[in-house]
Amino acid sequence: MKDHATLAEEFIRDDARTNWHDETLWFVRQKRDKAAHGIPEWEQLREWASQIKNHTLSNMDRYLEEFEKNALDNGVKVHWAADATEHNRIIHDIIKSKGITRIVKSKSMLTEECHLNHYLEEQGVEVVDTDLGERIVQFRHEPPSHIVLPAIHLKKQDVSDTFHEHLQTEKGNNDPTYLTRAARVHLREKFIASQLAITGVNFAIAETGGVVVCTNEGNADMGTHAADVHIACMGFEKLIPKASHLSVFLRLLARSATGQPVTTYSSHFHKPRAGQEMHIVIVDNGRSNILGKADFRNALKCIRCAACFNTCPVYRRSGGFSYHTAVAGPIGSILNPNFDPKKYSDLPFASSLCGSCSNVCPVKIDIHNQLWKWRQELSKGGHLPLSKKIMMKGMAFVLGRPALYRFGGASARWVLRYMPFMVKFKINPWNKQREMPEAPRQSFRDWYIQNKKK
Amino acid sequence: MSSREKIFSAIRKNKPESVPYTEPDLTLVINYPDLLTQFSTVLTAIGGSCKEIASAEEARQFIASIDKGAFVIDTTGDYPLDLARLSPTELSAVDTAIIRGGVAVAENGSIWVTEENMVNRLLPFIAQQLILLIYEKDLVPTMHQAYERISVNETGFGVFIAGPSKTADIEQSLVIGAHGPCGMMAVVIRN
Repeated sequence: MKDHATLAEEFIRDDARTNWHDETLWFVRQKRDKAAHGIPEWEQLREWASQIKNHTLSNMDRYLEEFEKNALDNGVKVHWAADATEHNRIIHDIIKSKGITRIVKSKSMLTEECHLNHYLEEQGVEVVDTDLGERIVQFRHEPPSHIVLPAIHLKKQDVSDTFHEHLQTEKGNNDPTYLTRAARVHLREKFIASQLAITGVNFAIAETGGVVVCTNEGNADMGTHAADVHIACMGFEKLIPKASHLSVFLRLLARSATGQPVTTYSSHFHKPRAGQEMHIVIVDNGRSNILGKADFRNALKCIRCAACFNTCPVYRRSGGFSYHTAVAGPIGSILNPNFDPKKYSDLPFASSLCGSCSNVCPVKIDIHNQLWKWRQELSKGGHLPLSKKIMMKGMAFVLGRPALYRFGGASARWVLRYMPFMVKFKINPWNKQREMPEAPRQSFRDWYIQNKKK
Repeated sequence: MSSREKIFSAIRKNKPESVPYTEPDLTLVINYPDLLTQFSTVLTAIGGSCKEIASAEEARQFIASIDKGAFVIDTTGDYPLDLARLSPTELSAVDTAIIRGGVAVAENGSIWVTEENMVNRLLPFIAQQLILLIYEKDLVPTMHQAYERISVNETGFGVFIAGPSKTADIEQSLVIGAHGPCGMMAVVIRN
């Protein structure tokens, strides 16, 4: 399998597109800043959110019991899935038992994590993704490249080509309004005909047994209120103790995600409507294991706003697909090694450790610290690629021997000055897309000794 | 062991010692000198519109005077007796829905709408245009005060609606009218 660096190299081959990707996400980050600065108590809000989440994680069993009891009292069916396979099977069983064929799904990163669509396809069941960005990438047989902006890797001409092929839109018409209207007609037909709607969950309220789903398009609502069956899927970490806590999280979520004051729709589902059936599937899939790791558990506070994606200099210039996982970006780089340290051993290295992710995180996850700790963890577990191991050993050897270090420095300066071609070859990764620096005449150490005497 | 038991036993084994938290202190939260101006400004900025009207009677006259298309469902007045049972196909032809909103939030332009208000859960989402009727006295500064005023589970479904349906999924270009209403207006009755 290709690692982050290799996949990133493929992404940045197109200079203009890479720059566009970088600038667009930075623009979203700037909108986030503007929205956050409009709230004088922003830092206080982050602190409240962080505390509520930490408290909930430390009392998770109690709140889950409370949530389950209240949801059952509301007439909702509650299912428990230990892993992705069980989650997918539960949903398939519901579909099978009712002979359902028309299914719509709004955005849910959990169902991406569990590869639900793929599983159902193998069982001969088709699911229509209804978030516009997700529908675009579904037509193209691609995964989403960003958890909030699924089609951010595409340009409007790509969307136009895709819609021309699947929705018979006019060839070459790249107008976003025209293309969105075409999707509107197509998806409204799907909503009206749907028998089953699958949604994710943004927040689950222990004290009332309800779930909250946030969208701008209204696709979660169009699906659930038209269909006879609603299945909401959630990782157990979506839980919050009280409804009043939603104020804290809803104030943070959209501002952090896109710079909006709130999403267009914040829908609170408590009971199925008359004649409807509602299911909630609560999933573990490795989360209880993360809960046991003191260094890494607070990643479970994540509310999936993607602020860390938009600010990350590595994500912005390497694209979502380079992370080869459903949840990319800095948060994905600290969550995924929990699930499979070998497969995702490259991700904690896909960072400059600048710390910007931690600064924008609305629930105060120490993302950059965890990236750094994961590097140590992976090294201890023997999951580092050979080249990195050799490099680290070499570095340790040289840094532990001052005379050798000084000789190395002098040699490097000499080589850069007189024989630059020696380092400007292809296998030196530092030479890629970089000019080698001009070598100074002397080292800092020599300069210091010389100047101290004066 | 069932998956439920497995999950609970793993959580009990792995959870850290209980940590406390502090409830949000509302004295630290922003307030606005003029709630209606703030509400109207934000709602307009996010693609909605806001009309201030002196009385309920004048609001009725105003709504009667605007173009709402051929198929209007007004849950604040006379509406089809079987509205709750209308099919998605039937509702998809609705041009304008008029619904009473509850608490309205100045900081983000959102309005709380319950299942009781909308009668049919699909109505506010599937209509081409949405008009929400609210009272100025129901304006609050932030979401904190909004959640103090409402009971989220008073009806089986409730939603904060802030403006029309929208998307920016194609090259980050904002398009109003994704799947739901292409226009949303708040009519604010001042007393």
